[in-house]
Amino acid sequence: MSMNRGGRPTSAQGGGTADHPTFTGNKALQIEEPLLFEVGDVSKTGVDLPEPPEGESRLGGFERQDIGLPGLTEPETMRHYVRLSQKNFAIDAGIYPLGSCTMKHNARLNEKMARLPGFGDIHPLQPESTVQGALELMHTLAAWLLEMTGMAGVALSPKAGAHGEFCGMAAIKAAQLAKGDARSVVLVPESAHGTNPATAALLGYSVRDIPAREDGTVSPDAVREVIGPDVAGIMLTNPNTCGLFERDIVAIADAVHEAGAYFYCDGANFNAIVGKARPGDLGVDCMHINLHKTFSTPHGGGGPGSGPVVFSKALATHAPVPYVVQDGDTYALVETAEAAKGEEPFGRQTAFHGQMGMFVRALSYMMSHGSDGMRQASEDAVLNANYIRGGLRDVMTQPFGDQVCMHEVLFDDTFLKNTGVTTLDFAKAMIDEGFHPMTMYFPLVVHGAMLIEPTESESKASLDQFIATLRDLTRAAKEGDTDRFTGAPYHAPLARLDETRAARQPILRWSPERPAEAAE
Amino acid sequence: MAETKYMESHEYIRLDGDVGVVGISKYAQEQLGDVVFVELPETGKTVSKGDEAAVVESVKAASEVYAPVSGEIVEANSELEANPGLVNEDPEGKAWFMKIKLSDKGELDTLMDADAYDKFVEEQG
Repeated sequence: MSMNRGGRPTSAQGGGTADHPTFTGNKALQIEEPLLFEVGDVSKTGVDLPEPPEGESRLGGFERQDIGLPGLTEPETMRHYVRLSQKNFAIDAGIYPLGSCTMKHNARLNEKMARLPGFGDIHPLQPESTVQGALELMHTLAAWLLEMTGMAGVALSPKAGAHGEFCGMAAIKAAQLAKGDARSVVLVPESAHGTNPATAALLGYSVRDIPAREDGTVSPDAVREVIGPDVAGIMLTNPNTCGLFERDIVAIADAVHEAGAYFYCDGANFNAIVGKARPGDLGVDCMHINLHKTFSTPHGGGGPGSGPVVFSKALATHAPVPYVVQDGDTYALVETAEAAKGEEPFGRQTAFHGQMGMFVRALSYMMSHGSDGMRQASEDAVLNANYIRGGLRDVMTQPFGDQVCMHEVLFDDTFLKNTGVTTLDFAKAMIDEGFHPMTMYFPLVVHGAMLIEPTESESKASLDQFIATLRDLTRAAKEGDTDRFTGAPYHAPLARLDETRAARQPILRWSPERPAEAAE
Repeated sequence: MAETKYMESHEYIRLDGDVGVVGISKYAQEQLGDVVFVELPETGKTVSKGDEAAVVESVKAASEVYAPVSGEIVEANSELEANPGLVNEDPEGKAWFMKIKLSDKGELDTLMDADAYDKFVEEQG
């Protein structure tokens, strides 16, 4: 280490946290933050309320008791949550390459629109006459979604992807029951999101697997082999979770329809094909759309998500309430099955109308990009993923050969064989280098999977830096520099966590008598 | 070395006197991927053939490990709790899960030998 004349390090590499433990446990301005219960004190309060006047208690004889909630001043509360937030990682802080998650930039314009009082300060129980603008926005958003997907109907209310899956599959079930054609099986490819079989099971279906062929996609022959009169439908993701376009999707749709079944498309990866292909043209009967992925509404940290579902003509009549209808210049909500004249909604999934704030943000994204801008976003997302593939294909390994991918690129752990480094170790070492890891061990069909989705938000400079770091790490793994991996992360606020035990033996309740380390 | 026998649910047992050494097969380990957690039975516990005797969790899935024979658990391999990754490294050697004192050696005849198991795995694709 080089030193200046005062004996102080002159390079950023100087020192190291382990060599220089602090008295406080804090690392520079990274505070070792205690729990809220440890900061607070029952004797304190953030607000002063006057003592209530004496009066007759209507609590049925209950006496007021202390419940031990911590009291904090406003600055203490503020600092606690800001410090915690500083330990968090977000798309606003750097590249967030989680495959199948589409962590793209959330434009500030969307936030500005969502805070307009006519959208942000309204209540779902207000009279319709006072929220005409909000209803018009929902109606307009629905029209954009139908245009982009080539479908006939839409339900805006589902709250996220899996909720949308349930909505779509419930409509399929309703359509078949209406025909007196109850069916018991749903086909799901091996590479599917885990929510697909879970959705089917929740609706009472049993699940039949479809194996992938050598190149990672589903073949129409494999579908024909397992389909029969007992099959209600198929749940297929396109592009699939291996980042590949299901090129035989039309033939698969034909096979499904010939068997009297319906085609549910998991639209989690719709962001790769917006403006390029319309699900309606591919034979899809229903598909959920993740506004929090494809249309850039916030994602992670609670989002909240929003998962509208689009329906083909065959299924649209079974779409759930509520939905917005237009009559001249007036917009109205259809809230009940009885009010849905001429339609047969399967029911209702949400108390109110869906994630209004996300509708505003998504429409803001759509209108600010325009059709050409959204098409370019799809193209750039695919280009960026392939740029990463090109930058890493000689040092990492692809499970289905070196083929062009869509919006995400999938590697397996063959390149780590005999290095003593696992996919998990590799991901933890990325944290030390300042990168949020990619999706690990998914899809399940690929050993030690690493699924990278850069999205269109990243610049070439950002991608180059990411590629260079992964190349450094692959070289280190192959050269036997295993300590760098097996003990990682070394530089994170906490070292490697026992994630399995945290899930199996969670400590859900803080108590003052017992130090937090002592598990139950 | 004594013959190793296998269950269709991918446990193996290798007889050593009266005691069978039980673990999960190399194939099972490969299917699971990186193992991150192992839960072992208490010694002294009695199990019947087919009972859930242990749990193995990988980065992909959590699975039960079934007792291939009836008997008493006489030892559990506590090294796996500290180092679950051993299951990936040496599943049919150092990474045995438990030792069971057999109450009925006849039960071994119902299990597959190595050749039959290899064929079974191949058919599973």
